[in-house]
Amino acid sequence: MADEVVLLDFWLSMFGMRVRIALAEKGIKYEYQEQDIFNKSPLLLEMNPIHKKIPVLIHNGKPVCESLIIVQYIDEVWNDKSPLLPSDPYQRAHARFWADFVDKKVYEVSRKLWTTKGEELEVGKKEFFEIYKILEGELGGKPYFGGETFGFVDLSLITFYSWFHVYEVFGNINIEAECPKIIAWAKRCLQKETVANSLADQKKVYEAVGQLRKIRGLE
Amino acid sequence: MAELKLFRTWSTPFALRVVWALNLKGIQYDTIFEDLSNKSSLLLQYNPIYKKVPVLVHNGKPLVESLLILEYIDETWKQTPLLPEDPSERATARFWAKFGDDKVLLSVWNVFIKQGKDQEEAIVTAQENLGFVERQLTGKKFFNGETIGFVDLAFGWLANLLSVWEEICGVTLIDHEKFPMLSEWIQNFAGAPIIKESWPPRDKLITKYQALREVYTSKEAPK
Repeated sequence: MADEVVLLDFWLSMFGMRVRIALAEKGIKYEYQEQDIFNKSPLLLEMNPIHKKIPVLIHNGKPVCESLIIVQYIDEVWNDKSPLLPSDPYQRAHARFWADFVDKKVYEVSRKLWTTKGEELEVGKKEFFEIYKILEGELGGKPYFGGETFGFVDLSLITFYSWFHVYEVFGNINIEAECPKIIAWAKRCLQKETVANSLADQKKVYEAVGQLRKIRGLE
Repeated sequence: MAELKLFRTWSTPFALRVVWALNLKGIQYDTIFEDLSNKSSLLLQYNPIYKKVPVLVHNGKPLVESLLILEYIDETWKQTPLLPEDPSERATARFWAKFGDDKVLLSVWNVFIKQGKDQEEAIVTAQENLGFVERQLTGKKFFNGETIGFVDLAFGWLANLLSVWEEICGVTLIDHEKFPMLSEWIQNFAGAPIIKESWPPRDKLITKYQALREVYTSKEAPK
């Protein structure tokens, strides 16, 4: 019996993009259902009643929620190719730690760059680069966070790259000047078709966020 | 023989999860108690990012973040599995453990540190979250089924710390009528031998958290 895989997603979401990359890496056929997050569908509310958020992966009718949990699920079910996590328990723990760090730290500091002004924004900029300098430290001289190959940590972070133009314009920062290794790493990741095809276009994200800022009265 | 060291404090519920996991699997380890007001250089070396406990050091290699430590323990020592085998059930277990830490713990803590109208609002949110958790126990003795598992350990703080906070605040969050399944789970979990033998002394917990609540509530004008 064929697998039925549906992804409830929102094109802008860096969390949804993580799942798109994972599905592409494994070559899984799925149905993408774009969600209107400002007018949530009954299906989304049924599949994620607790958080009411995307992404949600629906596999043969059963929902899986929370992007990094979904990615691990994909890795465990479709375990015959393109492993996303290492097989060694310590290296797995290490990968989970850094993906969790991205979740705990990167989203919050990045948000400030396009939702705040004045003093709050200045603090946000400082925190943003503190976090990315830590990430640069972890990357070190490796081509990917995963080592020689693209892995779980790379996947968890690269999706924020689609929002870099947003951060640079509204935050008035130059990411490449402060964190050249991160930009070099991002460009390396984008050479992978699975990544390039899964990330939203930076310009389109910028235009959409510009609209969002107007609605929020930030312009 | 493997060298296993656990850095913890006497009271942190996060380290307790690791203690329980190691004890459930019958694994030997050494304990190093940390004074968080004066962190050891070893702790700072092993957990430079967060500088927190627990840290589990296995053959010189550090593991941090309690839920991640639990997954590592489960993958390294296969006896008495904490997570289910089925990927869908594993994803569900991870979801509820994360919900516990991200939402439930935070909302219950808010009840503990607030007073007056703020506390009333915090109680509503906390009980909403606890309601979601309650329903997960439908037809089960433990979140894991017949035996204690990952999600039970993740919610372990509900079985001891919560009653300490309830006593100090004079608030009952988990009453038997509203939360019959959670109430029963608390009895079953707290009464399990491996769990029971590890509880920090209750009177010390009361003293510690009483002092903490005084700090938080003295910052506010009473409402």
